[in-house]
Amino acid sequence: MEGQFIKFGKNLVTTDEFVAEGHSFCVGCGEALALRLACKALGKDVIIANATGCIEICTSPLPVTSWRVPWIHTLFENTAATVSGIEAGLKILMKKGKMPERDIKCVAVAGDGGTSDIGIQALSGAFERNHDFLYLCFDNEAYMNTGIQRSSATPYGASTTTAPAGKFSIGQTTWKKNMPEIAVAHNIPYVATACPSYPFDLMNKVKKGGEVKGPAYVHIFSPCPTGWRYATDLAIEIGRLAVETGIFPLYEVENGRYKLNVDRPKLKPVEEYLKPQGRFRHLLEGDIEKIQEHVNEEYAKLKAKVACFAA
Amino acid sequence: MTRRRLKTGSDFTWRDMEVGNIVTEAGSAALRRTGDWRSQRPIMDKEKCNKCGLCWLCCPDAAIKLLEDGYYEIDPFYCKGCGICATVCAKEAITMIEEEEK
Repeated sequence: MEGQFIKFGKNLVTTDEFVAEGHSFCVGCGEALALRLACKALGKDVIIANATGCIEICTSPLPVTSWRVPWIHTLFENTAATVSGIEAGLKILMKKGKMPERDIKCVAVAGDGGTSDIGIQALSGAFERNHDFLYLCFDNEAYMNTGIQRSSATPYGASTTTAPAGKFSIGQTTWKKNMPEIAVAHNIPYVATACPSYPFDLMNKVKKGGEVKGPAYVHIFSPCPTGWRYATDLAIEIGRLAVETGIFPLYEVENGRYKLNVDRPKLKPVEEYLKPQGRFRHLLEGDIEKIQEHVNEEYAKLKAKVACFAA
Repeated sequence: MTRRRLKTGSDFTWRDMEVGNIVTEAGSAALRRTGDWRSQRPIMDKEKCNKCGLCWLCCPDAAIKLLEDGYYEIDPFYCKGCGICATVCAKEAITMIEEEEK
């Protein structure tokens, strides 16, 4: 089943590390893995604008930095604005002959809070202005860096420090914001969802997103052992279960055409995904059923969109 | 392999700071030892290894290095002991043991 995604191949993956070892990501961080793979796929001709978040603090503890590629730290709200400035600046410098013509990829890296809560206005603007950049959203479903506060990307029923589960509360009471669909609604050339449990698929998508002319958005599901409260060795398993249960389907949208990358004939029950995680421990039978219904509905919607373009 | 040591704690004074707190060297985090975070340690059995490279690809800390003979080696200087390599290894060539053992 997985064989069909291996277009990249192990021997085609560079052994260079663009994010240096010795960073301070938590033990078993899925985000660190996703970032490492994404940087491998992009290569060294990139300029990265990085919003505040886990990635920013863990890769740049003064007086050292993990980055071996040009990197700029921006605030939560203006990552997309910064990357559009970089892209526009490079374009005009090359046009005036002040620097040699080169293919330099402008990449924005942000977390789910920096993308779907605080940075969405700048991101929408940058999509609309049609800048040539790639936006990578590393989605760990809460503000993990500051201590697991809920964000709009937190799924229904998850217990966080600002939406704790208890006698009168189920935890997060709203459904996860569907950020990839918001990006699709801007009619940009490339939108994809990826997960580090499918490393070659992730690298293909990031590479494709970098090569596309115009804005591209890749939403990367990043399991977080600290915030989701699961054993540190399960990052790959949790990501795979999220895909196999249909909670986080892997698909790409090229010029409005949907394509499902991992299509299982039968989805696994969501319980398998919820069970290993401490943040869902309080959920009762009825709550799990409610989540299952929602997942089925969303997955059916996605399948219908894919079917529109299958012919 | 000799590594340059990164000054930490009381060794690190204001004199070691660059003017304006700038960082002058790319990838200097590679000097930091993250290996002492570890409570479990991966042990690799070369006999069982089929050089597939999954452990190398799935290590979040980039602590697994490709050797010249195609096998992989775990670098204890960086390994934080998460155990992902042991979980993904299809050949079960990697096992996690407690740090104080042996």
